[in-house]
Amino acid sequence: MTAPAPQDLRVITSRFAIEDGHTLAGYERTGGYAGLRRALEMAPADVHGEVRTASLLGRGGAGFPAGVKWGFCPPGVWPRYLVVNGDESEPGTYKDRLLMERDPHQLIEGCLIACYALGLSQCFLYVRGEMAHAQERLAAALNEAYEAGYVGANVLGAEDFSVDITLHWGAGAYIVGEETALIESLEGDRGMPRLKPPYFPASIGLYGKPTIVNNVETLANLPWIVSNGGEAFAAMGADSSTGTRVFAVSGHVANPGVFEVPFGTTTFRDIIFDPLYAGGMRPGRTLKTFIPGGASAPWFFEEHLDLPLEKTTVDQAGSMLGSGAIVVMDDTTDVVKACHNVVRFFARESCGKCTPCREGTSWLEKILSRILAGQGRPQDLDLLMDVCDNISPGIAWPPRQTTICPLGPSAVSPIASALERFRGEFEAYLPATAVTVAGVVS
Amino acid sequence: MARLNANNLTVAQEILSRYPVPRSALIPLLHLAQEQDGYVTEDAMAHIAELVGVTPAEVMGTCSFYEMLKREPVGQYMVNICNGISCHLLGSSDLIHHAEATLGVRPGGTTDDGKITLEAVECIAACTEAPCLQVNYRYRNQVTADDFDQLVDDLRAGTAGVAPHGQLAKVRQHIGDDRRAGVSPPDGQGEPAWMARNPSDNGDGP
Ligand SMILES: Cc1cc2nc3c(=O)[nH]c(=O)nc-3n(C[C@H](O)[C@H](O)[C@H](O)COP(=O)(O)O)c2cc1C
Ligand code: SF4
Ligand code: FES
Repeated sequence: MTAPAPQDLRVITSRFAIEDGHTLAGYERTGGYAGLRRALEMAPADVHGEVRTASLLGRGGAGFPAGVKWGFCPPGVWPRYLVVNGDESEPGTYKDRLLMERDPHQLIEGCLIACYALGLSQCFLYVRGEMAHAQERLAAALNEAYEAGYVGANVLGAEDFSVDITLHWGAGAYIVGEETALIESLEGDRGMPRLKPPYFPASIGLYGKPTIVNNVETLANLPWIVSNGGEAFAAMGADSSTGTRVFAVSGHVANPGVFEVPFGTTTFRDIIFDPLYAGGMRPGRTLKTFIPGGASAPWFFEEHLDLPLEKTTVDQAGSMLGSGAIVVMDDTTDVVKACHNVVRFFARESCGKCTPCREGTSWLEKILSRILAGQGRPQDLDLLMDVCDNISPGIAWPPRQTTICPLGPSAVSPIASALERFRGEFEAYLPATAVTVAGVVS
Repeated sequence: MARLNANNLTVAQEILSRYPVPRSALIPLLHLAQEQDGYVTEDAMAHIAELVGVTPAEVMGTCSFYEMLKREPVGQYMVNICNGISCHLLGSSDLIHHAEATLGVRPGGTTDDGKITLEAVECIAACTEAPCLQVNYRYRNQVTADDFDQLVDDLRAGTAGVAPHGQLAKVRQHIGDDRRAGVSPPDGQGEPAWMARNPSDNGDGP
């Protein structure tokens, strides 16, 4: 086999090192828009077929197969919209911003391919408001692509294929990353998730019409898939997690970075310790714990290092790959503080629509704050678990939901993980009296 | 007084033209108002309400949900220090304490000279560059206490090369009239023409 070495495998980050990769000239010179040209020679249904064959899993968090989701558009209902989720705000996640800044045309080409395949007649590119540079790069790229005839009326001269891409700005709210909140926001409303069902906006989405919401990284894979074929894509990575994925490894590692690796075959040990990637712990330090897939994910430990970065395996081990955010903590870490940090995030970002989330996350934050202030009560550790159980009964994985969206239950993960493994560190924060008279003080 | 000026009204009309339902332009228009005045004034909200065809209360409802949209004047520079988990692990709390001491304000506060507003914010998607911050939404990576002090000096001296608060992207989307596909309103449309293509068309494409 002439397969490239893993570190040379670049599907979507191939232009990151190219100075002018973000311009139309740089993009065209490096094979850009070949996928779109190829797609336009195929029937739309066949383009969809290639994406099914590729088994491309969504890269936004839930990991749902894109080709299958695309199939949920009800037949005969028009228009259909495409909404690109560029809201990237899950703590630890850093890849969509790079894809938008360094290779905006690749994303635009991916959008056009999706529109062509499914008959989506307008695309909205929802970019997180705080990403001013990404907005600039996308605006510039769209202006060039329109001028050059790739986007807009009569794409590449085709009489029958026209589609507009509208660049849209967010304005700061993590919850807007949830796809139905994203749609609410795009309709000019407060970004609050919609009640399910319907489970997918593909049936009822923007303006009540069928809407495909896909993550930036998901769509960025489409030019390669159409150019090289779904089978070639499926041949990379593992059977159930195909292609490559981009992971950000941050925290206490020697060489924090954003790495594109074969999906499903690379292990946590590889990506955290291999000098090609994060290069191991900082000198003289040892691993304490790591978050495998963004702030919402239950934490992993030493014994999980040899698991592959493969969706099913990680799900079964009790966590998730989520948004490709690996946050590494070494032996210097105060886990109570780390836990408080993540819980505070969810308390701050709760949209306030559901009681268990609005009240529960803020109480979790308050209890952790008082523990950290040395004012914890003996029953506080059990109280934390009790509140968690109210938000997500059974504290199981995947979490049971009493809320409209998974944000509330996400706040349970760091507490359940940290308290189970490091209970002693929480106890050490309790005032001495509280520990000795535990069970007596009410 | 602080309605959108003539220039920005033209920009606003162009933004509106890209949405099939005007209300969808609300957030981009609020950003435009903030770009003009540094924050979103009540007059601007009323003006946007007229443009979009909703009540000022609805504009306020949307505006007040989003952290970036300020309804009170803020400093000329928003300094947002990330306090997300990855930055926390690499010392963001110390950086925030240092910033408080240097600027003499707590997060949410603005310096007496009106130049700088300090915020401690959630993850800004630069986690491998921790600890990091944004000044008016432009990144500074791996920030030390010394870097921070230098930044503050530069901002006060006007030599940091950062646009005043409100001005976000320097490039705007522009679609030439001859290049527009046209918006897709939610009603009154059939199957898009290209969906009728079938495999036998192969090779006839452009
Ligand atoms: C609280 C919450 C936040 C989310 N944030 C994001 C986000 O920032 N970016 C993203 O692409 N998906 C995010 N998602 C997932 C989206 O709801 C949706 O599943 C995804 O955008 C679909 O795209 P994909 O199928 O291509 O992954 C979030 C979900 C939840 C529940
Ligand atoms: S779970 Fe929390 S964030 Fe999600 S809809 Fe309910 S209140 Fe809002
Ligand atoms: S945690 Fe600071 S940028 Fe992500």
